[in-house]
Amino acid sequence: MVDKIAYPVQLIQPDGLRVFRPDYTSLVRDIRPDQLRDLYEDLVVARRMDVEAVALQRQGELGLWAPLLGQEAAQVGSARALRPDDYAFISYREHAVAYCRGVDPGVMTRMWRGCAHSAWDPSSVNVTNPAIVVGSQGLHATGYAMGAHLDGAEIATIAYFGDGATSQGDLAEALGFSMSFNAPVVFFCQNNQFAISEPVHLQSPVPIAQRAAGYGMPALRVDGNDVLAVLAVTRQATQRAREGSGPTFIEAITYRMGPHTTSDDPTRYRAAAETEIWKARDPIDRMRRLLDREGLLGEEFLARVQATADAVAARLRSGTVEAPDPAPLDLFDHVYSTDHPLIDEEREQYAAYLAGFAGIEEALS
Amino acid sequence: MTTTTLSLGAALNAGLRRALEHDRKVVIMGEDVGRLGGVFRITDTLQKDFGDNRVIDTPLAESGIVGAAFGMALRGYRPVCEIQFDGFVYPAFDQIVSQVAKIHYRTQGRVTAPLTIRIPYGGGIGAVEHHSESPEAYFVHTAGLRVVTPSNPADAFHMIQQSVAADDPVVFFEPKRRYWDKADFDVDAGPDLPLHRARVAREGTDATIVAYGSVVPTALSAASIAADEGHSLEVIDLRSLSPIDFDTVEESVRKTGRLVVAHEASTFLGLGAEIAARISEKCFYQLDAPVLRVGGFDVPYPPSKLERHHLPDADRLLDAVDRSLAA
Ligand SMILES: Cc1ncc(C[n+]2csc(CCOP(=O)(O)OP(=O)(O)O)c2C)c(N)n1
Repeated sequence: MVDKIAYPVQLIQPDGLRVFRPDYTSLVRDIRPDQLRDLYEDLVVARRMDVEAVALQRQGELGLWAPLLGQEAAQVGSARALRPDDYAFISYREHAVAYCRGVDPGVMTRMWRGCAHSAWDPSSVNVTNPAIVVGSQGLHATGYAMGAHLDGAEIATIAYFGDGATSQGDLAEALGFSMSFNAPVVFFCQNNQFAISEPVHLQSPVPIAQRAAGYGMPALRVDGNDVLAVLAVTRQATQRAREGSGPTFIEAITYRMGPHTTSDDPTRYRAAAETEIWKARDPIDRMRRLLDREGLLGEEFLARVQATADAVAARLRSGTVEAPDPAPLDLFDHVYSTDHPLIDEEREQYAAYLAGFAGIEEALS
Repeated sequence: MTTTTLSLGAALNAGLRRALEHDRKVVIMGEDVGRLGGVFRITDTLQKDFGDNRVIDTPLAESGIVGAAFGMALRGYRPVCEIQFDGFVYPAFDQIVSQVAKIHYRTQGRVTAPLTIRIPYGGGIGAVEHHSESPEAYFVHTAGLRVVTPSNPADAFHMIQQSVAADDPVVFFEPKRRYWDKADFDVDAGPDLPLHRARVAREGTDATIVAYGSVVPTALSAASIAADEGHSLEVIDLRSLSPIDFDTVEESVRKTGRLVVAHEASTFLGLGAEIAARISEKCFYQLDAPVLRVGGFDVPYPPSKLERHHLPDADRLLDAVDRSLAA
């Protein structure tokens, strides 16, 4: 695979025409009309959720949001390659991965609203809560995969991270460890061309995927805006992992169409003309053109997709605005799994302190 | 005399500009410091004006930033590193405490590491995890580092220049929720105080509050509320956390007989513990009450909907002052 690094795998052209690549087309041979339509639906839902969350942030319901606009195919294609018992380690932008793994859209925003650091039980959906410290999750995925390997479990673990993350020592150490222990892990880099304001060439003058070569790890590049191609390469990599052939590095070439987060101003570092070029490669438009060419795009189908997307967005909205604020004394919960005298003392003292105010409020009212 | 109104963030920018003008060996390096001007815009326009050899956008690697800056310092440069947020300094922790802090001692004074490591720190801005921490005690505990934090625009302007000019490595904590606080000051006057000295921010006679960084304005508002209630509080802005100017603190405690130490960081083994121990030892006979501490709780920094409970506010400070006065 290493020798093919310069040629990103593509199975659908931007105009919706299929590309025939015997080695990769065969990996998605089972994707029939219905599954193609399902993938399209996932893409539309992912974008719809994201739009809703951005709106919620603008309305003051969320403190912050990291939009995935433009990266839907990279996330949906890779997440749909996973089996339920595979395990995904995600970062702060992988909302579509979380959705595909079955995370309730109604809880996805908790962290961004400031209600809780984590919103779901990772083991119920086999996807972690988002890693904020860039690159840290690469090592966690490696260790999880090492454990699975020791257990003889035939599963794959996948780590999601950005191009910027590949500059972190943690990621380099993860590549090293995973090769040393033949860990069944997939490193899935969404190269969206930027780490906040820094263009990808500041992280690496050569394709990001080439980093793997120094560790002897097979790597490939894929058109990250082509959901079918991403599905194919991730299936191949997870299959390698499951059968004991060790780690694979995937670089999905995509583009962050929006700001880094809702508090970022991309006009300071990015030319509008560049964004226009990527608009023409939009992952959803591409899938739609494919469906259209193949006669799969009926009115009824489109209406159904829209209805699903709206329902998911409504769930995300209601879950957000109805999320109860944590109670003050929740501060002291879950610091330790067993009793801790210092925490107990602080909880008690703070409760007494707050009770003093309650007394004052009562007296004044 | 040129009196200018600047926010704390703009004062840092102006101070960094002066430092770059003053010494061509000064370089700024970090993630997004160039074209973006940093996520808080502290380095805004500096790359445009000084070029990308002086204001260097780095890869996304904190260990890399500090480790490489250390190397540049060994070559005679005076790097100013920006760590984007408090919670991301830990990947660079090893470089700071194992390498940067020890080089002067290890080489018997032959080698200096004149680095400034800028870290926006603390909470109160409604951020997500890892963006609101107060890790100063880790650095204060490490010999070889100087650790400072301004609380107002004038100090920010002068202290950043003093830090860059210092021959020791300086960890420079910026109270990020005060970036937008404004004040008038004369940008052409020299600093009032050397870098290591504390400042009496408000004079008083009944009790002393020692604070630093973001908590200083909180302590000052507590003092004005107390004044309305007939209590005269002295507020000391520590400014330097390593070394600590104990002379100024001791002098104040000898006058007031009561001390409350306040910081955002968790209380257990925080700076307040050191100050309380030292003052109890030095001013035992002048103290009318035990030294009290008000700080963050001993929990991880909480989700933002809870941070107003975690961060010491004027009420919590006054509660401690009341307890001290009642003793
Ligand atoms: C260790 C660390 N340093 C800095 C940051 C601040 N930060 C958050 S996201 C980001 C850029 C990440 O870029 P990339 O890895 O390419 O992922 P993308 O955001 O493009 O998905 C930075 C610098 C962080 N979260 N963690």
